[in-house]
Amino acid sequence: MIRTLITRWRQGHRTIRYPDALAVLPERFRGLPAIDSAQCPNGCRECVDACPTGAVSVEGGHVRVHLGRCLFCPECAQACPHGAIGFTTDHRLAVSDPRDLLTDGREYRLARQLDEASMRLFGRSLRLRQVSAGGCAGCEVETNVLGTVVFDLGRFGIQFVASPRHADGLLVTGPVTRNMAAALEKTYAAIPTPRIVIVVGACAISGGPYRGHPEALDGAASVGPAVLYVPGCPPHPLTILDGLLRLLGRIGS
Amino acid sequence: MSTTGRELMPGEAVPVGEIPVVSAAAFRNVVMDRIGRGDWLAALFGHPVNGSVRVTAILACPRFGELRAVAFDPGASYPALTPECLEAHWFERELHEQWGVTPVGHPWLKPVRFTTPGAIPGVTDYFAVAGEEVHEVAVGPVHAGIIEPGHFRFQCHGEDVLHLEISLGYQHRGVERALVGGPNARTIHYLETLSGDASAGHATAGAEVLESLAGVRPSDRSLALRAVGLELERMANHTGDLGALAGDVAFLPTASYCGRLRGEFLNMTAMICGSRLGRGLVRPGGVGFDVTAELVRDLLGRLDPAMREFTDSVRLLFESPSVVARFEHLGTLTRHEAVKMGLVGPAARASGVARDVRSDFPSGAYRWIPVLLALKESGDVMARARVRWQEVHQAASFVRQVLSRLPEGEPWRPVRGLQPGRLAVSLVEGWRGAICHVALTGDEGRIAAYKVVDPSFHNWFGLARAMRRQQISDFPVCNKSFNLSYCGHDL
Repeated sequence: MIRTLITRWRQGHRTIRYPDALAVLPERFRGLPAIDSAQCPNGCRECVDACPTGAVSVEGGHVRVHLGRCLFCPECAQACPHGAIGFTTDHRLAVSDPRDLLTDGREYRLARQLDEASMRLFGRSLRLRQVSAGGCAGCEVETNVLGTVVFDLGRFGIQFVASPRHADGLLVTGPVTRNMAAALEKTYAAIPTPRIVIVVGACAISGGPYRGHPEALDGAASVGPAVLYVPGCPPHPLTILDGLLRLLGRIGS
Repeated sequence: MSTTGRELMPGEAVPVGEIPVVSAAAFRNVVMDRIGRGDWLAALFGHPVNGSVRVTAILACPRFGELRAVAFDPGASYPALTPECLEAHWFERELHEQWGVTPVGHPWLKPVRFTTPGAIPGVTDYFAVAGEEVHEVAVGPVHAGIIEPGHFRFQCHGEDVLHLEISLGYQHRGVERALVGGPNARTIHYLETLSGDASAGHATAGAEVLESLAGVRPSDRSLALRAVGLELERMANHTGDLGALAGDVAFLPTASYCGRLRGEFLNMTAMICGSRLGRGLVRPGGVGFDVTAELVRDLLGRLDPAMREFTDSVRLLFESPSVVARFEHLGTLTRHEAVKMGLVGPAARASGVARDVRSDFPSGAYRWIPVLLALKESGDVMARARVRWQEVHQAASFVRQVLSRLPEGEPWRPVRGLQPGRLAVSLVEGWRGAICHVALTGDEGRIAAYKVVDPSFHNWFGLARAMRRQQISDFPVCNKSFNLSYCGHDL
């Protein structure tokens, strides 16, 4: 018993102060892309060709990245000989409108608070049912850690529940494989209305690396429009947390 | 032509023509002879040759650290290996599902991934037990927690599980098919997401195959950094598993400390390559990121306190009588069963099977810094927990040694075209066990066939077997003691 107490004392208090204090991420962490199209010589398409998912495009001299497709891999930055594209360590990436996922590096519109009616229902208590539909376990483990003492999701009134009947919404990961499509649909249907959908990761937003595969459906669009899109492959847990907190008006309002 | 198969080393590309294509009977003799001598079946798979299917077996001989490849053309059917060679059981089901070949005499050719036209995942015949008071519990594909989907059917008598059947395939996203025709810009990302919590393991296995096909040898420095990534991945996942095991028997101190400590190891990986899950670390030809002396100092500075806290935290678990009472004699697999089923990884070592790719087939940094085998005998949940505990300590000491004596060299060497008409095999000890990748190139030097064998492919049946005569309420802790991959299995 005494040992349990000593260990408890030694482990200390480990919950991060986010969102009250900003998080420090490793220098090499790849968050919001930094794009400087002024550096691009005419006709250069190195970054476009290096991108595995077609997330990078060049139009009218402007490099644009679709963060819903982006795997946040280092390939475009390493391919660019001009230093025109790279990544910052800014982990805040979640958006409310999927059109906001396309960025040319000048502005990036983060997620907004739910509408007033939804806030009244979910603002102080949001229960989510998570479904992995072809996810590689990456988004799943990074969502799961929100329950650890580090992030302590419960302190914000957000909880993952076992039954869709107890849920206010669905959090989907994975490209939605054909073999999971029916189960995903049924789980969604079992959630009482009004309900919300949150999609996490490049796969659930756009199919990710499996985009175009006949075995999958290029993401979770089939379950209907979502209120939150969290880019990443997988997103950092803080990216997911930040999105959820913006959705509930805990940040940015 | 030889009928004992073509010997090859992991990471060696051999001309496809040198792999003997023998009769079904001779193929069976080679496989049975090698299994009898202590080899295990690393892969058994079909691939198209001139419009029909050829079956190739890769046998792993741990005594000499070598592999053996042998092939045959089965036509529409052939006598199944499974009745004599249980470890072929899942492979032959796969062969039947993917290629329509019938292994005659196989006990039950049920779908593995439900990929044939018209197949509905989970809809198949299941083992059924009849009798008063016998009931069936069906769970999944959507489970209670944040985990991947799979379907489990328990045949129960009261609380006792008579039999558990596991039906997967929900995560099938066509990765092997998509790797054919490569390599291309997506190849490495397919490899990194084969099983997303084992990115370093699968990416290393894939990179080794591509490098051997291209005739490129990465620098010792890059091999050392890959091994660091692989061991950090092992530490993170084993730590997470120990915490989850604690959580499943409601021992909350270790559950919450390990939940956090797992992240410490993931964050160390992110310091190297920017991603907690090791994305971007391994690239064919070497690594995507080099380390500076300053970064090495930072990493070593974080490792020691994390290990102290890990030791403290997990010791509580093993010293708590209420935990020991739950872990011991639960979900037991004997050594004999583990060998027969061809189990790999911590699950095999917990049952006394001395099988570890790092010591049996050492490559890269494991050649100059050996890893001790973590071996237990009791084959129960406790043994699988103990193996993980020991492996985290050994991995930490390995990472410390590698980082302190990092060889010089460039982090990456270019990998250009692949040699045509070659076969290459790689073996990597991922945190779940042996990862085997096999690639064949066609005449144009593109990938003509790619086979991935995740350790879970060998081990799912082990979990089903371990649940026999156990209580259904013990399933979560038993399941966690294996912690197998769904997506790595479903591909």
